[in-house]
Parts: sequence; structure tokens; C-alpha cells
Amino acid sequence: MKVTVNGEAREVEPGTTIRGLLDAIGAPAAGIAVEVNHEIVRKAEHPARELRDGDAVEVVGLVGGG
Amino acid sequence: MSDALQIGDYTFNSRVMLGTGKYSTLDQMDEALAASGTEVVTVAVRRVKFGEQDGPDVLSRLQGKYTILPNTAGCTTAEEALRTARLAREILDTPLVKLEVIGCPKTLYPDSAATLLAAKELVDDGFVVLPYITDDPVACQRLVELGCPAVMPLGAPIGSGLGIQNPANIRIIRELVDVPVIVDAGVGAASDVAIALEMGVDGVLLNTGVAAAQDPIRMATAVRHAAEAGRLSFLAGRMPRKLYATASSPLDGLISK
Repeated sequence: MKVTVNGEAREVEPGTTIRGLLDAIGAPAAGIAVEVNHEIVRKAEHPARELRDGDAVEVVGLVGGG
Repeated sequence: MSDALQIGDYTFNSRVMLGTGKYSTLDQMDEALAASGTEVVTVAVRRVKFGEQDGPDVLSRLQGKYTILPNTAGCTTAEEALRTARLAREILDTPLVKLEVIGCPKTLYPDSAATLLAAKELVDDGFVVLPYITDDPVACQRLVELGCPAVMPLGAPIGSGLGIQNPANIRIIRELVDVPVIVDAGVGAASDVAIALEMGVDGVLLNTGVAAAQDPIRMATAVRHAAEAGRLSFLAGRMPRKLYATASSPLDGLISK
């Protein structure tokens, strides 16, 4: 199935969890936050929360800024 | 005598807040932040670039040393700012947010209407909202009424280094609101910091003024001293301005009189 991760289309297996997606794309273990379809998914829910076809996922961290 | 800066439940001994962007290296950022004496540093929320997880990690340099103030820089709608603030809270577990909603890409002037809208939502959601806003006294008053524990009027456009362009408005804002006023944006050098604090504003937030100096660490040191000098000068109370001269030396006892 297809999901969008940070604006880019991505093919993932049905049943892929957020944790699984983060591992697959090599996201940092800490210092990030995840949104699915504009709703934040708390870190504790990442291992259980399965993605659905068409989900738009944002994975963000912090950078230098003013 | 204690002369702390109190913003809501937060107490700071430094009146300088510093951004963490635009430094040549993270080591240079580290040194500049330390030299400035700041206790509050801003960061931005951005998409993670995958495959670069070994790249620069700003957060690890700041955590435990500074109060981290995430911003909503780059947001152009209230909705984007709300999402960004909530993402920052998820990462940092902090209620603090520097609210920025930009209305014009050329000037980076705030969209006041959208800023007010976002401020209300964020305050209602438990955030401690420090809003970047125009030097408009009424907009600042409205933000305070909404529950912002400080206001951050701009001195000049972000990154312009022009200094405080409308000191009269900044003075009016300082008089009209009963929360700290932090001059944010446009602070180009240590002298601008001294001027701001001597006017009686409660703090300054700058980034480019330090990061884009030829020697950011030296400028950060100058900013620290300027903040102390400006604040002391304000507390000392300056003499009234007069149009004509008043001799400093006694007129009695002059020779050949």
C-alpha cells in the first residue's frame, strides 16, 4: 500500500506500524515527533499503530533557528 | 539585589535570548551561546531528512544547558503554527513556544490576525505562548489579554540588523502591557541590545546579529555586556534630555573674570 512520508510517496507492506516505518527509513531514535494525517501519534503508540493506505506521515525533528 | 526576568512561571537571570541558526558549526554555536550568557535558546521544527541521522544534532548540544524555546518559524497560517507547536511539544515536552505566523515572505512581517488566532488556540491548549508580533501596541495588548505571558515585538525585519526602527512604539508597548516585552528581530549588534534595554524593555532575542557577525563569539560576548550595561543604565535612570548646554565645571573662580 502507499503512504506519504514527509511529502514523498512510499510503498509499505500492509500492517506496517509507525515504529516499523521509522526503523525502515532510518529515523533517529530520539528527538522526533510523528504526525499521521495532521494528528500527532505519541511515541508510546508507535509500536502498535498500523498505517493505512493513503496515510500522510510527517516525521519532524529540531534544527537551529531563531 | 535580584533583577531577574520573570516570564510566567519561568525566571531568568540573563535578558538575552539567542537563536541557534546560521552558525558555521555547532561548536561555534556552543561557544557563542555560552559567551552570550543566555539561558533561553530558540530552535525550529523541520522534517527529518532520512539517511542523515548522523548529521548535526542541535538538540543534544542544548538539552540540560538551556531552556529550549521552539519556534513556529516559517509558518504562514494559524493552522500550520498550531501543528508545529504541538509537534515541538511532543519532542521537547515543554509548553513553551515562540509563536511566529509570517504574513509576507519579503519582510517576514507577522500576520497579526493569524497570530492572535493561533495564540488563543495555543493558550487554551496549555501552551506558554511568546508571540513574535509587529511593534503595534494594540496587537500586543490583545495578545496579553489572550493570556500570553510576554510579547515579542519586532525591532526591524528578521535578519535585517537594522536595530529598533520605531523606538516610540516599543516605549508605548512597554508602558501599556504589564508583561515582559522582549524585542525580537532586527537586533544587529551589541549597541542595539544596549539601546533596547536602556529603553526599559525586558529582554532581547537575536540570532543573525550574533551568527552573522565576523566573529560570532566575540559579538556574543559584546551582547552579554551590552545587555548588562543597558539594563543598568535603565535602572540607574538617565538624565533628562535638554536642548542647550549646561556646564559640568563650576563657573565660579575662572581666571581673568
